[in-house]
Order: sequence, then C-alpha cells, then structure tokens
Amino acid sequence: MAIEELPDNVMISKLDELANWCRKNSLWPMPFATACCGIELMATGASRHDLARFGAEVFRFSPRQCDLMIVAGRVVMKMLPVLQRIWSQMNEPKWCISMGACASTGGVFDTYCVVQGIDRFIPVDMYIPGCPPRPEQLIQGIIDLQDKIQREGTVLGDEFDRPERQLRKRALTELPIIGQTPVFAPHLRD
Amino acid sequence: MVTRESVVNDLLEKFSGSSVSEFRQQTRIVIAKSDLLGCLQHLRDHHAFDYLVDVTCVDYLNFRGAKHRFGLAYLLANSESGERVTIRVMLDEPDLDVDSIVPLWEGANWLEREVWDMFGIRFQGHPDLRRILLPDAFTAHPLRKDYPLQGRGERHNFPVITRGEA
Repeated sequence: MAIEELPDNVMISKLDELANWCRKNSLWPMPFATACCGIELMATGASRHDLARFGAEVFRFSPRQCDLMIVAGRVVMKMLPVLQRIWSQMNEPKWCISMGACASTGGVFDTYCVVQGIDRFIPVDMYIPGCPPRPEQLIQGIIDLQDKIQREGTVLGDEFDRPERQLRKRALTELPIIGQTPVFAPHLRD
Repeated sequence: MVTRESVVNDLLEKFSGSSVSEFRQQTRIVIAKSDLLGCLQHLRDHHAFDYLVDVTCVDYLNFRGAKHRFGLAYLLANSESGERVTIRVMLDEPDLDVDSIVPLWEGANWLEREVWDMFGIRFQGHPDLRRILLPDAFTAHPLRKDYPLQGRGERHNFPVITRGEA
C-alpha cells in the first residue's frame, strides 16, 4: 500500500544526507597545535569567537574521541611520526584541516628539520591560509569543511576511496638535491 | 664587565701562543687546543671564573679573512665580580677532536653534546657524547655552513599515509 499523503511532521531524505547532516554538525576537533596558530585555535574555541555556534567546540586531546584533526603550526621531522600515529589512531570517518602557512607549506621555515607541508605525508581535506589565520578564517574553513561533508559524504565512507583522494598531493621530486659541499675557502688560506 | 688586565696578562704569560682581542668591552682570548683544559682550570681555580655560561661554536667556512674552519667559544663568568671572558679554540678539519671540560664543569655535558650534534666537534673524554636535539639516525651536522639550505634531505624520509591505509 503506497503512502498517499505524508503527515506534516515527516520529511523524506537519503540516508547519506542524514548521516552527513549528523556528522557535519558534531565535528570533534583534535587540536594538534604546535605554534602560534594554536593560539588562534584557542581563541576560536573561546567565548569571543565561540566555535560552539558551528557545532565543533568539543576539543578532545584523545584521538580516539575525535574526527577532525586541526594541524596548527609547523611540524618538524621529529614530530611527524607522532602526527602520523595520532592520525592513524583517530576513528573513521575523519577529516584533517591544515591550518596556516607552516602546516600547509612549511612557511618561512625552509630548513633541514621542518616538514614542507603535512599533505606530503597525511591526507588533508581543507587548507587555511594565513600566518597565523584569524579565528574568522578558521571558522570559515570549518564551515567549508561542513559544506564539503554535506556534499560528498556517504554512510560507508566511499568518498575517501576515490582515486583522486588517494593521490599524494605533491610530488616529492619537485625539490632537487643541492650539489656537493664546497671546499673550505681555498683562496683565503695563506 | 671588562676582564681585568692582570687576568689577561697572566694567561698570555702562562700559555704561549695565545692572543687577546677586545670588542665592545668583551675580552676574547684565543689559545692553543692543547692548552684548553689547563687554561680553563687555571681560570676557575686561580681567578674565580667559576661559572660556565656557554660552550658553542662558529663555522667560518667562506668567512672573509678566516684562517680556520671552526672557532669553539667558551664563555666564562666570575660570579663574584661579574667579569666575563671568552676563551676560543680554533679547529681545522680533519682534526676536530678537543678535550671535554665535563671534568671541570658538569654543566658542560649537554652543551658539548649540542656542539657535537650541530657541528660535529668530537669532545674527547665526554662521558656520553650522543646527539641531543636531532634523532640518532641523523647523519649530518646541520649548522655547518656547507650543509645545504634547501633541497631534499632528512625531512623527506617518512612513509606516506593515504586514506586507504589510515
């Protein structure tokens, strides 16, 4: 028997969209704050900017309880294995925001120890420019991520398995190895 | 505070081959590598320079007028009078061994480990000469001037985690 008339308090939707609606409005951020971006991250969660208005205020320091990692600040080579381990410990579905110039590209710290963009080693869903970004920018990034979850998300997480999201974002071959070490000041020796 | 002339003259007399220079009221005395331990002990025991402020190093690669590759710097202070003095030892490759001063000041332990980590100066007699900041697997000494400023290096040797693996 077909339903001929819906009652007023019943809506029809797809299961995917219902799941996305739940997921996007209860993001639990994992604050991976290593530098000054972390201060802006704290300001975003505090009363003036109030991330709770967007349903993402519950910062948890245990990766098991989080589904959104916000990498705020530069990541050095000793920290990267920690970052990868925390990312692996988070439960699916999970998303990653690369906040600020340092996390996205290494920023001004093009040195021997600073990783030149975390997207070389873990997947990133949203990049936020700025040095550091203001809380408004972070909030806009989270709103955009929520929009992305609503548009692309599926109950089973099939959107994460698409080949273009598996790709490494940047080739590691773009930087050449600088040549051999120079001889110590031969023209200055006497 | 300027080092007293009597201290400087005593050092110049006692350790032949040493030279003194002054810049902005800071006295620097360059001594031979073999005299290092004796000189610092003499300063500590006879002139009351009892406080080791820092041990650090400078790489003079391609520096104008430089005759030596590395300049080790020992910064001492007299905690009673406030005098300060800098003792310097010049080193050249391949002989980058120098006496450890941990027997004189325990606090030199980590300072010398940092110099080893960043410049590759080997301190003979150090009780535990390991890297202090960089990972043990690191092979280079990155504060040397011939260490490349850009390009692929140790920071790229990590596994990549994709969506499928995580």
